[in-house]
Amino acid sequence: MGAVAKTVTATDWRADFPALDQSVHGQALIYLDSAASAQQPAAVIDAVARYQREDHANVHRGVHTLSHRATEAYEGARDKIRGFINAKSRSEIVLTSGTTESINLVAQSFCRPRLQPGDKILITHLEHHANIVPWQLVCEQTGAELIVAPINERGEVELDSLLDLIDDRVFLIGMAHVANALGTVCPVEKVIEHARQRGIPVLIDGAQGVPHLDVDVQALDCDFYAFSGHKMFGPTGTGVLYGREAILDAMPPWQGGGDMILEVSFDKTIYNELPYKFEAGTPNISGVVGLGAAVDYLQSIGMPTIARYEQELHDHMVARLKNVDGMRLIGEARHKASVQSFLLDDIHSHDLGTILDHQGVAIRTGHHCAMPVMQFFGVPGTCRASLAFYNNRDDIEQLVAALEKARELFA
Amino acid sequence: MNDAARDMQDLYRELVIDHSRNPRHFGRLENATHTADGINPLCGDKLRLYFRVGAGGRIESSSFEGSGCAISIASASLLTEAVTGLEVDDAKHCSSTVTSRLTTAMPYADLDARLENLKALDGVRAYPSRVKCATLAWHALHAALSNDMKPATTE
Repeated sequence: MGAVAKTVTATDWRADFPALDQSVHGQALIYLDSAASAQQPAAVIDAVARYQREDHANVHRGVHTLSHRATEAYEGARDKIRGFINAKSRSEIVLTSGTTESINLVAQSFCRPRLQPGDKILITHLEHHANIVPWQLVCEQTGAELIVAPINERGEVELDSLLDLIDDRVFLIGMAHVANALGTVCPVEKVIEHARQRGIPVLIDGAQGVPHLDVDVQALDCDFYAFSGHKMFGPTGTGVLYGREAILDAMPPWQGGGDMILEVSFDKTIYNELPYKFEAGTPNISGVVGLGAAVDYLQSIGMPTIARYEQELHDHMVARLKNVDGMRLIGEARHKASVQSFLLDDIHSHDLGTILDHQGVAIRTGHHCAMPVMQFFGVPGTCRASLAFYNNRDDIEQLVAALEKARELFA
Repeated sequence: MNDAARDMQDLYRELVIDHSRNPRHFGRLENATHTADGINPLCGDKLRLYFRVGAGGRIESSSFEGSGCAISIASASLLTEAVTGLEVDDAKHCSSTVTSRLTTAMPYADLDARLENLKALDGVRAYPSRVKCATLAWHALHAALSNDMKPATTE
């Protein structure tokens, strides 16, 4: 597929996304906020609509035709996701509401029963709140300690410092594949390699990884990989927890309810097999169907093609932004994906966000749910432009032109 | 100039830019009798307002410190100019007047002459996500003069 996609231009991909074809404030929309939530291609929107119109019923329950179709669609999506991240088995694909739930599941179901006072959870200074707060909660509940690996001025995790923090009390390492506020691609392979040698489980927060990188969980050899549907061009309220089968097997259920049981009496309940043990209640069926369509769509282009295209566009964006007078780039890691945070003169990020919006340019402003990163750089927030493969060089020119106008207004 | 540019200049009027760049009465007020914090958790705007109220119930001096966007800083700066010299009850009344002027879709509430400058903030009415920036200081004013020690927030 990659060979075919080579001849495809960004303009062709953009036409697949209906929401991008509109004006805001009388200007053509330039969407540079995909790291917060990516737009959905028509293939996803149509798959969800078709499911709702024709196939909807509850899953795993009825003998009737629609229930069968709904189950096929839902479980079919699970198979697609398994293939997308190359998990060994569909039992390892737990469907959740998003990265946040996936990480909370691991904190509460894997860590909480096992953590002893004095044990440590190791994360990095780059994490967003979804990979901080669930660990803080379980540390409070168990007397364990949260420790944080430092970053440098470029916004990179310092690998040696992280490895120095690993001792016999480290129970689990949680780190981002790609940092959301700065776009840093983290050295997860090296961390996993060291952790494996010491028998320490690793959770990779892949919320910003799967939309931009070709992820293979078996090659990574991580124990958990968490990600969200809406950042990879699927519906909101969908997400995935990949977990190594042996570990998931040893974990108690996360929530109780229907679907996660084999047999219930008032004396005893026998839990369902993987992955249903972790999926209590009626799931987000239509959302998962849409997520399956998003996987199909991404695979029709090919993640290596996407990664190559985005890397080139990202490097171009950074070079153009550097040439804007008054520009301060926040996060200049040597290995980055998709994202650039910045500040312009002393203009507050929210003022800049409003001025850019008025010129049709949508960026994220504020702390990006990563307050510790902002504290590290001594700023209350930043502006963040984030790319997807539906962006192109014209978008970057519009961004730069909008920034120049903002400077005039605040001159 | 196109419509978008005109709208932008309506939000960031010269007076707003001026007050955000050169905030009046900026800094801590020694011997303040009333103080309150205003926090806008979504934006990260943080203001602390100080007032010294004399024995007669008149605001003798006002100041503020903190950080935030141009709108929140300009609003706080304009506030300190507007309420210094007012009776406490009149200042509280100002808070309600300005807040409702900025937040309701109704025709603009009347402003008396000493609040004339606050018309510079009218542009935010077109920006629902930014109204809170403009009202933050006024919520804090009300909290300070009500001796409510809890920080005022926009949530």
